[in-house]
Amino acid sequence: MSDRYPGYDVMAKRRSMSWNDQTRAVIDARLAIDPAAHRFFTETEWQTLRALCDRIVPQTIARPHPVPLAAMIDEKARANLSEGYRYAELPPLQQAWRLGLAALDGEAQARHGRRFHALDGLEQDAVLTAVQQGNVRNPTWRELPPKSFFKKRILHDIVSAYYSHPTSWNEIGFGGPTGPRGYVRMSFDRRDPWEASEARPGREAQARRENARVG
Amino acid sequence: MSADAKSTVRAIGGRAPDVFRRGNWVSMRHYADDEDIDFAIVGTGAGGGTLACKLAEYGFSVVALDAGPYWRPLEDFASDEQHQEKLYWTDERIVDGDDPIQLGSNNSGKSVGGSTVHFAMVSLRFRPEWFKARSKLGYGADWPLDWREMWRYYAEVEAALQISGPVTYPWGPKRPRYPYRPHDLNAAALVLAQGAEALGIQWTATPLATVSAPRGNSPPCVYRGMCVIGCSTNAKQSVLITWLPRALAAGAEIRDLAMVGRIEHNEAGRVTGVHYHRDGRWRFQRARNVVVAGYAIETPRLLLNSSTDRFPEGLANSSGLVGKNLMVQANQAVWGTMDHEIRGYKGPPSLAITEHWNYADDGKDFFGGYAYMSQGPLPMVWAGTQSTKRGLWGQSLLDEMEKYNHQVGLKIVGECLPQERNRVTLTNERDQYGLPIPRVTYSYCDNDKALIRHSLAFMRRSLEAVGANDIWDETDDTCHLNGTARMGSDPTTSVVNADCRSWDIPNLWICDGSVFPTVGGVNPSLTIQAIACRTADRIKRLAARGEL
Repeated sequence: MSDRYPGYDVMAKRRSMSWNDQTRAVIDARLAIDPAAHRFFTETEWQTLRALCDRIVPQTIARPHPVPLAAMIDEKARANLSEGYRYAELPPLQQAWRLGLAALDGEAQARHGRRFHALDGLEQDAVLTAVQQGNVRNPTWRELPPKSFFKKRILHDIVSAYYSHPTSWNEIGFGGPTGPRGYVRMSFDRRDPWEASEARPGREAQARRENARVG
Repeated sequence: MSADAKSTVRAIGGRAPDVFRRGNWVSMRHYADDEDIDFAIVGTGAGGGTLACKLAEYGFSVVALDAGPYWRPLEDFASDEQHQEKLYWTDERIVDGDDPIQLGSNNSGKSVGGSTVHFAMVSLRFRPEWFKARSKLGYGADWPLDWREMWRYYAEVEAALQISGPVTYPWGPKRPRYPYRPHDLNAAALVLAQGAEALGIQWTATPLATVSAPRGNSPPCVYRGMCVIGCSTNAKQSVLITWLPRALAAGAEIRDLAMVGRIEHNEAGRVTGVHYHRDGRWRFQRARNVVVAGYAIETPRLLLNSSTDRFPEGLANSSGLVGKNLMVQANQAVWGTMDHEIRGYKGPPSLAITEHWNYADDGKDFFGGYAYMSQGPLPMVWAGTQSTKRGLWGQSLLDEMEKYNHQVGLKIVGECLPQERNRVTLTNERDQYGLPIPRVTYSYCDNDKALIRHSLAFMRRSLEAVGANDIWDETDDTCHLNGTARMGSDPTTSVVNADCRSWDIPNLWICDGSVFPTVGGVNPSLTIQAIACRTADRIKRLAARGEL
């Protein structure tokens, strides 16, 4: 992954006018999530879930706050935080995740004779692509339509969790929380001093200097 | 703080939260459950909240009940997409049909003030001919309303919300200038404008319900860009901070965390009040009139769930149409990336609009119309679009997300036709109140699909004209729900009359988006509020004549 916004850290604004008290409380709690915490999933499910999260959103570069995706999914499932609607063909959130993780393992066994987390990355991606496209071999999927599970649970839950986290905002140059301070410079190629500066070719050093001043 | 409001009743004991001051209260009239009030209103969104205000100001005794919490935006709202999901109606619902609708976020609200607490503030009038869609344009159904009368009520709502908009509006009959100046355009809006000019169609700054200059307790909008997850500065002119403070001042009572589960009627077939769940128990509020304003899913759900031996198909349902003719609005988009930095997260998400295809009829192979607007999705929504809509994950998702600050998009609000097969019904599953959860069945018809195709092709040309790259279509999003209790002039083909009064039960009224016979190609909130203002005027007149 390229470093498009070098040195930009949305957390540098934590004490600024861009954050109010309630935002600080919410984000502090998110940053305090223990990546090893799992109260809903069994050890077996947890192994599979962690391996799954690593493929859906690979976090290969060492960063101060890697996003604790599996723990976030565990908490979502434990609290049963559904979105307010359910496709008639899919079981409720908790049941869908339990069935789905078992089915992923079953699919990995059927194809490679090993559980999902024991496969290498390419093998895992092949299993996931098969599930996304509905080309599954394992009978477990009879209770759970693979394409819907992949889209509505795997992608929806894991990707939303990732992009709810400040670490991901740094990657994409999102300004993060605003309020009471908003923005002033709205037009093309304009940036307020409290926004991320992009390292376009030839201006990497300038971007890094500007990002160091964000606050 | 916020956790409180979701679990602890706030509007009680003669006071309600002051939405403009942290920790503060305003006084509120209190009615006893056994007091025979004039109106019990179910729901406090664009329909119910507006009507509660107007009826209270006309001197009626009003209790408005809402299942959601009573927020103080200044202290309860964080600048955070995930946290603010607390504004949505996330009670379980089953969706099916050929094109199951995604619910829970942009088309729902569980708050005092309804979904206007998180709406995108786009405040548009209907095209006049839409009120006679069947006779003038050949599709859908006629409304029993006259556009000239609606034009006056639109002006009333625009003044009440001090809409910020252009001096002259490019389409439709003359309208007064908007009370506040239009907002500055962000880069995403300029992309729409440049594309429209390249294609030779008109565009304008979007009329928005967020103030561009100070107003009373509202500071001007500071372009935080978090409008659709709740405005924490009160620049947004939601029902919560406009109609409801007026309603309280005029003597209405508002009950938060009050879920109405059933409407009661007497042997004469008139309704007598509502059963509601609050503070852990079921209670009953007597009322001489009941208004249902729960929006296109909860309204039919309540009417259907109130069935009795006398009304076995539910209340107000002799036509058999309660729950039917559910209409979404199509919400498809075309996305691309620009070499320019766009940073669409700044400012209200839809600062520019074209209604060209709402007003132009030539060259269409479909009935109805659509508007399209510039876009500024926040990261979670944008990542959801890239993953669940486009199917990206792994490194390809991360690579695409890295272009976030360069992405641009145009998105429609498109008219879908009423079809009786699209409907809300009850299932056997129960929710946390013990009420049957609704099933929402939806399938596009061929006309809807033709409209969507037309819009995607046109918006693609617009993005191409401004030099966007990697253009792709998002083909399956929807917004705004309407229908399910349509108004009309014939009791056999409609649920309520022009006054939002049910044909079957004279003291039962329905006042929200569910009364729409057709949806048009504009966001519905302004029309819902205009209908509520008209309904209040009609009720006042009927009461004066002894006809309530």
